[in-house]
Amino acid sequence: MAKPAVLTHPESLKHPAGPSAYAKDPVNASMTKEAKIALYTKMARIRHFEQRCIRIYQQGKIGGFLHLYVGQEAVAAGTISLLGKNDHLITGYRDHGHGLMVGMGMNECMAELTGKVTGCSQGKGGSMHYFAPDKNYWGGHGIVGGQAPLGTGLAYAVKYQGLKGSCLTFMGDGAVNQGAVHEAYNLASLWDLPVIFVVENNGYSMGTSQERSTAHPGCLAKRAEGYNMAWDVINGHDVYEVRAKTALALKRAHEESKPTVLEIFTYRYFGHSMADPDKTYREKEEIKTYRDKKDPVLLFEQELLHEKVLTPELSQTINDAAMAEADKAAIFADESPDPTLADITKHIYWEEDNRGPKTTSRGTIIFE
Amino acid sequence: MAVISYREALRAAMRDELNRDKNVVIMGEEVAQFNGAYKVTEGLLKEFGPKRIVDTPISEAGFIGLGIGASMLGIRPVMELMFWSFSYVAFDQIVNNAGNIRYMSGGLINCPIVIRGPANGGTNVGATHSHTPEAILASHPGIKVVCPATPYDAKGLLKAAIRDNDPVYVMENTILYNDKGEVPDEDYIVPIGVADVKRIGTDLTIVAHGRAVITSLKAAEILEKDHGVSVEVVDLRSIRPLDEETILKSVRKTHRALLVEENKPFCGVDAQVAYLIQSKAFDELDAPVHRVSSIDAPQIYCKRMEDLQMPSVERVVAEALKVLA
Ligand SMILES: Cc1ncc(C[n+]2csc(CCOP(=O)(O)OP(=O)(O)O)c2C)c(N)n1
Ligand SMILES: [Mg+2]
Repeated sequence: MAKPAVLTHPESLKHPAGPSAYAKDPVNASMTKEAKIALYTKMARIRHFEQRCIRIYQQGKIGGFLHLYVGQEAVAAGTISLLGKNDHLITGYRDHGHGLMVGMGMNECMAELTGKVTGCSQGKGGSMHYFAPDKNYWGGHGIVGGQAPLGTGLAYAVKYQGLKGSCLTFMGDGAVNQGAVHEAYNLASLWDLPVIFVVENNGYSMGTSQERSTAHPGCLAKRAEGYNMAWDVINGHDVYEVRAKTALALKRAHEESKPTVLEIFTYRYFGHSMADPDKTYREKEEIKTYRDKKDPVLLFEQELLHEKVLTPELSQTINDAAMAEADKAAIFADESPDPTLADITKHIYWEEDNRGPKTTSRGTIIFE
Repeated sequence: MAVISYREALRAAMRDELNRDKNVVIMGEEVAQFNGAYKVTEGLLKEFGPKRIVDTPISEAGFIGLGIGASMLGIRPVMELMFWSFSYVAFDQIVNNAGNIRYMSGGLINCPIVIRGPANGGTNVGATHSHTPEAILASHPGIKVVCPATPYDAKGLLKAAIRDNDPVYVMENTILYNDKGEVPDEDYIVPIGVADVKRIGTDLTIVAHGRAVITSLKAAEILEKDHGVSVEVVDLRSIRPLDEETILKSVRKTHRALLVEENKPFCGVDAQVAYLIQSKAFDELDAPVHRVSSIDAPQIYCKRMEDLQMPSVERVVAEALKVLA
C-alpha cells in the first residue's frame, strides 16, 4: 500500500459540521427558501443519478469509461447555480454533474451512457462527452486539459460580442500540469478575458496523489500569480462557500473582464472511473473520513434543516423523487433504440447534413 | 481582372471577408504589428484595427484552442500558422477538438474555424520546418483540407473556407507566394471539393496538388514539346472533400495516370487517389498508376539535395515516360 495522501484540505476538516460561515454572505442570504430547496434538490439529483449509473454499469449496459461525480456535487452545484444568460461552462470528462446542473434531463444523460440515439449526443459522445450548447454547456471533453483553451475562447467570444458574461472552465488537479492549461492561463490574463478556471482538486489524478504529481507553491491556484491572475481557494464541501467565492470571481469577470483561478477542494468517493478498483493509492479510512464528516450533500441538508428551510420529511421526499427519476431514466435508457448504421456518418460536417443552395463544397467527403 | 500575387490574393480574400462579416477575426503570431511573417496580412491591422487583427503569443495550442472555442459561439477566426509544421504542438486542439466537436455533440455544435499558413518543403530550412500534413489531417473525418496552387484558387478557396461552417485547413506554399496570376476583383469563391483541369490533354493524366501542380504543368510542356505527348493536368485543389469524378473522368479519357505530390510516399494523398483509380477505373487503365513524391526521408537541409528529394520537373517527365512506355 502506497503512503496515504495528505488530506487535500486539512483545515476544512477541523471545522465542525454545522452552520456555514458563508450562510450570511449576500449571494446566499439573498436566496429564497425555494431557491435553496432547488439547489439541494439538484445536488441530491446528481448524487442519485450517479449512484444509479453504477448499477447500470455493473449490468454491463454502459461501455467505455464512467467517471462518477459522487462527493464533488457542491462544486458544480455552487458554481453553476450562479450563472446567468451570458455565462458559459465547459469541463473535462467527469461531466455528469455539470450537465444535470445546467438543466439537462436525466433521460438524455442516461441514454447517452448506454449509447442510445435518444442520448444528449445521440449516442455519439458517451459519458465523457455531454453537450448542451442551448444551455451554455460546451462539454464534456476527454483529453485532460484540452478544454482549457476552448473555455478561454468562449470567454473571448463573449467579450468580442460586447456581452457581460464569462466562461467557467473546469478541470481536475491533474490537468494543471498540461501545457494547454498554462497557455490558456497566459492568454486569459494577457487579453483580460472573462474566464474562471475552476480546479476541482479531489486530491488525485487517477491513482496519483497531488503530492506525487505537482510542484506547487502551497496550493495549485497560486500558480495564477505567475500569470498575474487573481486566485482563491475554496472548501468544496460547503456549497455556500463555493457560491460566495465564485460570485466574486464572476463579478471580476463581468465588471472588469478579468480571469480568476479558483481551486476548490473536494473529494471523490469512488474510483477514478469504474475501471479503477481503488485499492492501491489511498486508504479506505480516508474515504470514510470524507464520507462521514465532509459529505457536501449531507452538510447542505444539515445546513438547511438548521435554517428550517428543510424538514426531514421534505428531504426524504426530494431524495425519493430523485431516485425515482433516476430509475425512470434507467428504463428510458434501456428501452431507447440504438443509432443506426446510417447515423454513423451523420453530424461529421455541417455541409453534409445541410446540403442545399447555401453549401459551398462538393465532392466526396465521406469515403468508402 | 487584375494580375496579383498569390500572397496578395490571400490578403484580398481576408480583406473581403473581414468587410463582409464582422465576426471574422485574423489571429496569429506576428500577423498584426509585424505585418505577417510572410507579409500575407500586411496592412490589415491599419485597415481593420486591433480588435479584428490580433497578434498572439507563441502558443499554438493556446491560441488555436481559443479560436476553436470562440468559433463555437459564432466567431469566425482565421488563424495563421507561421508554418503548418508548428501545428504539431497544437495537434490535440486541431484534431481532437475542432475535428470531433460536431460529431460528439450529435451535430449540436459547429466549428467554423480556418487555419492557414504554409505547408511546404523546398525552402532549405530542414526537417522541423518542412512538413506537409495535408494527408495526416485529411485522414480525420470532420476536417476539410485545401491546397491552392494559383492566386485565383488561393483567393477563392480561402473565401470559401471562411464562409464554411466546418473547420477548414488551408495549406499554402511559401515558394508560391510571389507567383502572379489573374484574379477577379469582384466577389467569387472556389467551391471546396472541386478539382480543376489546369491543362487539357489526351495521352496521360497527371493528378497533383499544391506546388506539384506547377511542377507538373512544366513537365507537361516538355512532354509535349520533346516527346509529342499530350498531358492533362488535374489540380485537386481540395484534398478533403475530394473531387473523385474529375479524376476519374480524366483517367477514363487518357487511360493512364501519374500522381505527383510533395508529400513523402507512405500514406500520402496519392495513396488514396491510386486506390480510387484502381477501384473505380481499373478496366480503363492501359498501364499501372505511377507516383512521384518526395524521397522518403525527413526533409534534408542541404539545398542541392533537397531539390532532388522533392518532385522536380525532370523526375515527373521521367516517370511520365514510364507510364507511357
Ligand atoms: C492527455 C491525456 N492524458 C491522459 C489521460 C488519461 N486520464 C484520464 S483522467 C486522468 C486523471 C486526471 O485527473 P484530474 O485532472 O485530477 O481529474 P479527476 O479525474 O480527478 O477529476 C488521466 C490520467 C487523458 N484522458 N488525457
Ligand atoms: Mg483529481
